[in-house]
Amino acid sequence: MMSMSPLIAGMTLLLCVTLIGAALVAIRAKAMPVAILASGLVSLIASILFLVLAAPDVAMTEAAIGSGLTTFLFFFVLARIRASQPDSARYDEAEKAGDEHD
Amino acid sequence: MIKRAIALLLTLAVGALFASLLVGYVPDSELNQTARYYAERTAEDIGAANIVTAIIVTYRGLDTLGEVTVLFISAAIVGLVLAQGRVLNNAPQQPRAPVSELLSTGSRVLTPLILLLGVYVFVNGHLTPGGGFQGGAIIASGMLLLLLADPLKHFSHQLIAVLESLSGLLFVGIGVLGMLLAGGFLDNRLLPIGQLGELFSAGVIPVIYSLIGLKVGAEFSSMLASLSETSDTTEET
Repeated sequence: MMSMSPLIAGMTLLLCVTLIGAALVAIRAKAMPVAILASGLVSLIASILFLVLAAPDVAMTEAAIGSGLTTFLFFFVLARIRASQPDSARYDEAEKAGDEHD
Repeated sequence: MIKRAIALLLTLAVGALFASLLVGYVPDSELNQTARYYAERTAEDIGAANIVTAIIVTYRGLDTLGEVTVLFISAAIVGLVLAQGRVLNNAPQQPRAPVSELLSTGSRVLTPLILLLGVYVFVNGHLTPGGGFQGGAIIASGMLLLLLADPLKHFSHQLIAVLESLSGLLFVGIGVLGMLLAGGFLDNRLLPIGQLGELFSAGVIPVIYSLIGLKVGAEFSSMLASLSETSDTTEET
């Protein structure tokens, strides 16, 4: 961290803490969309960190695949799973998700 | 309880391993020999402003060919596995949950822009960060957005297959031509190197990276298309 300015170092630390927080949310969240968004956020922050570490090519890969393609793919699969579930199960899940937010 | 303790212990062990790595890390004060060679010779020999691209496409071009092959094989296997549950075109489609208007209208605006960004990224691979793999992934996310907005949409598998195999063949063909007409397999001096930093520079690197971009985009799109065409009833395990 010698070559970093204090501003960048502070921002990096903040990003690292947010990264770990988002990863925990992705694991613990009961509502599936929240977990998917949190895991997308993990990739997004990781790509910013790669940029700070002067690896823009890796950052682009992480942003395009990790936070773009995979997040979309998870939502796509989630929509397919919900569409194939009977209605009662869907309501149960919605209720559970609602409880989580209250 | 014991399971949890073991998991905690393992996590701590891995953490200790990484911590010792971090403590012992001393940043290099100068580039090592290999890195210095690339940094000093790329502009002169390859003519690419982005050194990473010069390494990926020319210095280590054979590795990239292997990487593309791995991706091709995985796309083929995904297609093979998912083809088991493919819905026939004339089979009755089961009703799906309606897509929100925000998503369908937004995707109509955003998809052309996303595709344009993907093409920009791989065409400018030798000048700016990014390249074929990133551009291909961006194109595939545009395709996925189309699928999200309209789950019943069908992509032409024939078009994807033609695009994919044509760019793969051309990639290898350019490599062999380099062996015949220039310094070796995948040598970029097949075309003039030109002025550093211009769009038409760095020999065949932009051509190869555009082909890789098309190939990767087609492979990802074919995986997503076969995923969307599987029926739900046969997936029960």
